[in-house]
Amino acid sequence: MVKSILFVGVGGQGIILASKILTEGLLKFGYDVKMSEVHGMAQRGGSVTTQVRFGDKVYSPLIGEGEADVVVSFEKVEAARWINYLKKDGKLIVNDYEIFSLPVLIGKENYPTNIEEELEKSGVNFKLFNAAKIAEEIGNIKTQNMVILGALVKSLGLENLDWEGVIKEVLPEKLVDINTKAFKYGLSI
Amino acid sequence: MKKIMSGNEAIARGAWEAGCTFAAAYPGTPSTEILENMAQYKEIYSEWSPNEKVAVEVACGASIAGARALCAMKHVGLNVAADPLFTIAYEGANGGLVIVSADDPGMHSSQNEQDNRLYAPHAKVAMIEPSDSQECKEYIKYAFEISEKYDTPVLFRITTRIAHSKGVVELSERQEVGFKEYEKNVAKYVMIPGHARVKHVEVEERLKRLKELSNNTPLNRIEWGDKRIGIVTSGVSYQYAKEVFGDNASYLKIGFSYPLPDDLIRKFAAEVEKLYVIEENEPYLENYIKAMGISCIGKDIIPICGELNPDIIKTAFFGKQEKDKYKLNVAVPSRPPVLCPGCPHRGIFYAVSKYKDIVATGDIGCYTLGMMPPLNVTDTVICMGAGISAAIGFEKVYKMANRKGKIFGFVGDSTFFHSGITGLIDAVYNQSPIVAVILDNSITAMTGHQENPGTGKTLMGEITQVVDIYSIVKAVGVKEENIRVVDPYDLKATEEAVRDAYNATEPFVIITKQPCALIKEVQKKRAGKYLVINQDKCVKCKACLRTGCPAISIRDGKVVIDKNMCNACSVCQQVCKFDAIEKGGNF
Repeated sequence: MVKSILFVGVGGQGIILASKILTEGLLKFGYDVKMSEVHGMAQRGGSVTTQVRFGDKVYSPLIGEGEADVVVSFEKVEAARWINYLKKDGKLIVNDYEIFSLPVLIGKENYPTNIEEELEKSGVNFKLFNAAKIAEEIGNIKTQNMVILGALVKSLGLENLDWEGVIKEVLPEKLVDINTKAFKYGLSI
Repeated sequence: MKKIMSGNEAIARGAWEAGCTFAAAYPGTPSTEILENMAQYKEIYSEWSPNEKVAVEVACGASIAGARALCAMKHVGLNVAADPLFTIAYEGANGGLVIVSADDPGMHSSQNEQDNRLYAPHAKVAMIEPSDSQECKEYIKYAFEISEKYDTPVLFRITTRIAHSKGVVELSERQEVGFKEYEKNVAKYVMIPGHARVKHVEVEERLKRLKELSNNTPLNRIEWGDKRIGIVTSGVSYQYAKEVFGDNASYLKIGFSYPLPDDLIRKFAAEVEKLYVIEENEPYLENYIKAMGISCIGKDIIPICGELNPDIIKTAFFGKQEKDKYKLNVAVPSRPPVLCPGCPHRGIFYAVSKYKDIVATGDIGCYTLGMMPPLNVTDTVICMGAGISAAIGFEKVYKMANRKGKIFGFVGDSTFFHSGITGLIDAVYNQSPIVAVILDNSITAMTGHQENPGTGKTLMGEITQVVDIYSIVKAVGVKEENIRVVDPYDLKATEEAVRDAYNATEPFVIITKQPCALIKEVQKKRAGKYLVINQDKCVKCKACLRTGCPAISIRDGKVVIDKNMCNACSVCQQVCKFDAIEKGGNF
């Protein structure tokens, strides 16, 4: 059995680091794992996606439409952009956090206001929470990625593995405590 | 020991294990991390060269001197380096010489989709293609061995999904190979026509021996499954094919892809019912197999354009399958790449955007985004260096056609060192009154912050001499009175420089100096600083929005600045005529 997870969001949100911690952990816990990331043109503000697949044996690093077991959206409207990658009965994790793209900022396009309503209507199994706000309360908005990662680990049913150990291995020492705190909060969502 | 590694990390690791002692590159997505990782190994001398041609030449010198040498570049970089490649193919290698080309099917971060597999038969060098991270590591070791044994440079061809996909890699120890002796041998290393004529014959002989190898190497292997479908494939396409067909097909997996293994192809084709070729972009394998007189199906069903994935292969073989998918009834706005908040390029583009008769020839870098609304400045982007040289062609034709307008060419600091200098020499030599704008942000930014000759630091972290852009500009003959150095955060000074440049009748240069806002030291210095909009003073004229800064937006009818994104560059503050933008945070 191969499981597929699609991370989507905006450059600068810590998506690549979150998927790195996930893949390092999966390897440590004995899975074959592949991860693919796309570096767009912009360092900040452009779309970012990473794809993680794990199981006994993984060939393709890419996930097709309608094939992701979990879609993790670090930004609200990105969930609507990528939901077609989610398989029926898959899980959708959405950060209730809006980052306006430039066409929205300059008034050429609008940021939709009906996302939550449409998610309800679609019957999709989703969790919607403001990870940025939670992270700010914990002490650093940059740890929003760890809050989301915690929620993802929980929904994968992998919360009993030693993720704190993985976080310690991947992050510099001074960042471990606050990120672990954010991760643990995510597990409770 | 097992480790999760990207293809790029695995290539660096493999080179290290193979006893490589020398590496050179110019950064370019998706190849950049190869050299960044090489620099982590203390046994390897690693350098950022000013461009790919220099990188390959430096590596050629190292190889002839006896080191195992590697250089790496993105696909278009090999165009720049094609000159040394085609001749080192004649001279061969002393220490193993491996040239990594990272192609970008789908053009995630590139200006074209060229398939560099076609370089191998053109330059007559051996080619190897891995299909995952583990193979990246193993095959690079093989590449060094082949290079030395067959006296040939080896082209090591990867794609974005190999370079930037991570997989599990089994690590080994380093094998010290030291340096080979160098013996003077002009017949081999001095390619005058008389020597080259002899060498060309040897190269053809070498190709015959390499073809023999190709038929027998473990890199080319048959995996038997259901024989009704036979698939010839290479690189990441192999993984996609396995994903789709599993054991329901047989595979000829090509890892050594030039010269191709005729015997193996014939054997495979004879035993399968129907032969297919699954490959990205050009029909490289397909054309070869067809030229052997073997019929196969490839580009009839697999697209040439764009990158492949398992879905495309499924559709090609089984038709479009309707999948059970979710769809939301939401109008999703586009999210194009943008200049970051506080980007030093914003000020100069904003100043130039006020002139409607300026034509702006752009270049490769973050500043390509000068084309985006609301700035809308850039007219052309072709390749590294063309920002300055294409401006000269534009200027000459505008003059001949009696058109009104001024031509501004834009290049970054790293791009100027790469291939902007020669364009500027042309402007001086052929007296073209263009304006060259050199955007010096003290880093090679778009590829993820690499050092360059102007930053005062090497790839290995050593402090070095700064190559001074102003001195170069002056040295090639641009008159001192025609050079302006400005801080692009100082809008008034920037606008004055643009005005002087616009009115100039001789070659003119503006150097904007301000480090990239994402450099760690810069971020530290500006941490906690941001600007806020005084809502009592704001008249909602939206002038600040026209700078195109992603930190400024209209929310609930008010213009606001996102304090987490803002780093107080102050360009918006200078644009505001109502003094409505004020300092916030810890100034």
